[in-house]
Amino acid sequence: MNALILTLLIPLLSSVAMAVMGQKKIAGSLNIIVSLAQFIATLFMTSVVFKQGHIGASNGQFYIDSFNVYLIALTALVGLTTSLFSRPYMEQERQNGRLSTNRMRLYHTSYQGFLFTMQLALSTNNLGILWVALEGATLATVLLVSLYRTPEAIEAAWKYFIICGVGIAQALFGTVLIYFAAAQVIPDPEQALLIRVLVEHAAGLHPIIMTIAFVFLLVGYGTKVGLVPMHTWLPDAHSEGPTPMSAVLSGLLLNVALYALVRVKILTDGALANNLSGHSPHLAGYLMMGFGLLSFTVAGYMLHRQRDIKRLFSYSSIEHMGLMTFAFGLGVPLATFGALLHMTVHSLTKSSIFITVGHASHIAQTQKIDNIRGLIATQPSVGWGLLIGTAAIAGFPPFGVFTSEFLLLSATMQTHPWLTIPLLVGLAVAFAGLFRHLHPMVYGEKPAEQTGVQANMWPVIIQLALVLWLGLSIPDFLAQWFDQATQLITGSGLL
Amino acid sequence: MLTQLPFYQQAILTLSAMILFTSFALLAQSRVVSIIHAFAWQGAMVALTTALVAYDTGLHHLYISAFLTLALKALFIPWLLHRLIRRLGLIRELHTVEHPVMTMMIATSLVIFCYYVAQPIEQFSETITRNTIAISMSVILLGMLMLISRNKAVSQVVGFMSLENGLFFAAISATNGMPMVVELGIAFDVLIAAVIFGVFFFHIRDSFDSLDVSQFHRLSESDE
Amino acid sequence: MNNWILALIQAALFIIFAPLFAGWIKRVKCWLQNRRPPSLLQPYQDLRRLLSKQVVMSVDASAVFRVAPYIVAAATLLAAIVVPLIAVNLPTTAIADVIVLAGFFALARFFLALAGMDIGTAFGGMGSSREMTISALAEPAMLMAVFTLAMVASSTNLSTVIHYVLADGMVLRPSLLFALLSMLLVGIAETGRIPVDNPATHLELTMIHEAMILEYSGRHLALIEWAAQLKLMLYSVLIINIFFPWGIASELNLVMLSTAIFAITAKLMILGAVLAVSETIMAKMRLFRVTIFLVLALTLALIGILSHIVLEIH
Repeated sequence: MNALILTLLIPLLSSVAMAVMGQKKIAGSLNIIVSLAQFIATLFMTSVVFKQGHIGASNGQFYIDSFNVYLIALTALVGLTTSLFSRPYMEQERQNGRLSTNRMRLYHTSYQGFLFTMQLALSTNNLGILWVALEGATLATVLLVSLYRTPEAIEAAWKYFIICGVGIAQALFGTVLIYFAAAQVIPDPEQALLIRVLVEHAAGLHPIIMTIAFVFLLVGYGTKVGLVPMHTWLPDAHSEGPTPMSAVLSGLLLNVALYALVRVKILTDGALANNLSGHSPHLAGYLMMGFGLLSFTVAGYMLHRQRDIKRLFSYSSIEHMGLMTFAFGLGVPLATFGALLHMTVHSLTKSSIFITVGHASHIAQTQKIDNIRGLIATQPSVGWGLLIGTAAIAGFPPFGVFTSEFLLLSATMQTHPWLTIPLLVGLAVAFAGLFRHLHPMVYGEKPAEQTGVQANMWPVIIQLALVLWLGLSIPDFLAQWFDQATQLITGSGLL
Repeated sequence: MLTQLPFYQQAILTLSAMILFTSFALLAQSRVVSIIHAFAWQGAMVALTTALVAYDTGLHHLYISAFLTLALKALFIPWLLHRLIRRLGLIRELHTVEHPVMTMMIATSLVIFCYYVAQPIEQFSETITRNTIAISMSVILLGMLMLISRNKAVSQVVGFMSLENGLFFAAISATNGMPMVVELGIAFDVLIAAVIFGVFFFHIRDSFDSLDVSQFHRLSESDE
Repeated sequence: MNNWILALIQAALFIIFAPLFAGWIKRVKCWLQNRRPPSLLQPYQDLRRLLSKQVVMSVDASAVFRVAPYIVAAATLLAAIVVPLIAVNLPTTAIADVIVLAGFFALARFFLALAGMDIGTAFGGMGSSREMTISALAEPAMLMAVFTLAMVASSTNLSTVIHYVLADGMVLRPSLLFALLSMLLVGIAETGRIPVDNPATHLELTMIHEAMILEYSGRHLALIEWAAQLKLMLYSVLIINIFFPWGIASELNLVMLSTAIFAITAKLMILGAVLAVSETIMAKMRLFRVTIFLVLALTLALIGILSHIVLEIH
């Protein structure tokens, strides 16, 4: 309970503090310190959840269960490692003259504000607040996307703002519809948006209304997840914003949006379960499978066409989010377990890749893939970091991504065998797409006057080590949480 | 039957039709000042409808929502937009509608589509305002249509905010408003969004010399 | 039998008072513009003067040109018989259909446009083409508004519609509100008032109606002018009696009829004054803006229909 308050208050207050105090030299360090404090608070909270099973607070407005607890810790961890990376990185950007001190202040304020909205979205038990937090995440990051004030950055930010704003508006309409359906079965209107209460009454929610609501929510939150065809904002925002922001967008925001979608799917499944509406009880799942598979395939092919390194990896994010959406859509315990694992390892791997990419683009002084050459020769740590990170994200064993993708494929094989073919083809296409660009960047001939930069590779090493560990063995408590979350989502566990 | 309803309930229905009309007006207007005025009227009518619903249902928290809407959508945001376009020297600008007849036809089909989608929802509601769910949905979709059909930043912002009006109106008509904490959160988000949009106008003007969003094609996938 | 006489009287009232209504509007406008108004009976004197004059006709004029004024006047007169002025339930109600009415107006307009082109002068052709452009846009808007009425009252028969509105009492109907707004705009466009057309000028570039009838003189011109005044009154009465029918005689006794006459006079005076005010504060719009004006009318009518379907059917 106290830990929960700390988790939320630390980023909120530090965001305000960063805005008030103006740009000081120590802001970067302070950013690390508060992120660390937040991480410690979440660890403390995690231990409480570990002992008690769940935490509720504020009259049921907040609720931590096994589904969101590890996401909260993961968010704090990625927030911490990215802040470690961002201090020297942003300092370098300032020295390169790309940023003024005023914008550094904006950056730090928005960074903590963004972490706050993420934690709020994860810990709240109220569907309305969840929406408010996700919209808040857009607002917190939109000025970060345009931080460099180049025409491209402004364009990307505008697209991000408009597309996500419209998308999330659809989600609000879906939320209104859920509230409408809930008002028929839950007498107290103040309780009618609480996820826990809704889950209990899910069977009584009207299936047709819930179906319509789910379609709106899928389009709405799907926009933030980056599902094709609502994905167009994502590569632009990732490529034009500062790299630390790309890391947290890919590593955190997409996850949280998907988390919101899955929460809603649980309700919809519950409402459709008794088969009164004439719709298939798996309608929500089928919709998610369709969107997921489409995103997965399209993004895999798009990888081949990219010329910008950050765009390349943002399409990789779309691909993986598509895969997870597909897996949650399958709805069997094995797939859901795999998807939960994939959420974790993808988030860790992708944020570490973006950190490495940030260093790589500083070394080459460009984001153009064609002009980034010979990273290993210039600075081995960055070159190897990029190589290993990409290998991990492409699904090489023994990394965690391999494990989760293997679970997904097995689950697909069991339920929809013919769908394994597009999945395997998609994985192969994505693999080829990544490595055809990666190979010359890492091994190519080093340009004459290219020198290394000061790079802090510890965040990358820690995160990739975690991914490797998760690939080799999942710790017991995490497996328990995944299993409980699987039970929550599909109704039956795996272990 | 309509004739058996008390007068203020008839007024709610009439107002909602007028809100729909303002949505059409937003789509068709070409002078930027008229666009902002139409938007302000829409906000005012949504607020008035909310107040009438509050009176009808006796839910006092709706008066707060109505007041928030009036302050935010009918006064603050139009004032902000007006001030911004004056400072940017766009007060006489024309935002030509590209295909007016086509837009109107699409808009009409959207309304019919919303009516079709909203019908199953309306069956389960006992509130007097249930028939306005389709209208609120139309306002949402017409706001989206405005976002798509316009290529000036100011018009797009108005479209976005009009879409928000539709969402708020949907909450009022389907469920007599959301819980207060959510309502406040949404209002806060809208406020921040309006301010950020204002900041953006200056950024776009500085980078592109105008607020014409159709110049945004540097990041398209095709020319790569 | 009595009823037939009453119907004829009603038509006669239209014929007699149409110039007076035009004179009333002109008088209010004069007041508003601080000018000394002409006598209320001035339109009658104008008509009498025209009737007594000799007809001058172009050597190129064909039979169409000669017949057109009579057809225009006859069609408008038939329309006047159809529209209920003081009483519903008259024997003419059987044909008192809005679509028939639109047909009469279309017939009159068709011949007027033909006559405008017949001589082959530049102005006539220009006026005809403009008139047809406007009516091509106004007609759908009017029909849409009529359909709204028809859907509300489940009939296109005028007297049924009026009965329905009377029976409803004071009800705020979004559909009728929008149909009213649409009808007002259509009426302004169809009768050639400001801001669509200005009946008082012969300014070359802006003329529409006047351009078509520029070649007419004498009794022909008198007939056309009178038909135009009748049309203005018809539209006014139509709008008044459909949307504000209170006071119209639903039973044919002396008390109700006299009340009806009193009521319709008062309402027409008010509507005329409103029209005069709006014409005073508005400027005539450019011809190309007229399309937008009429698209607005169409949209209003469309919203009327939609709001009837969406909001009023439970």
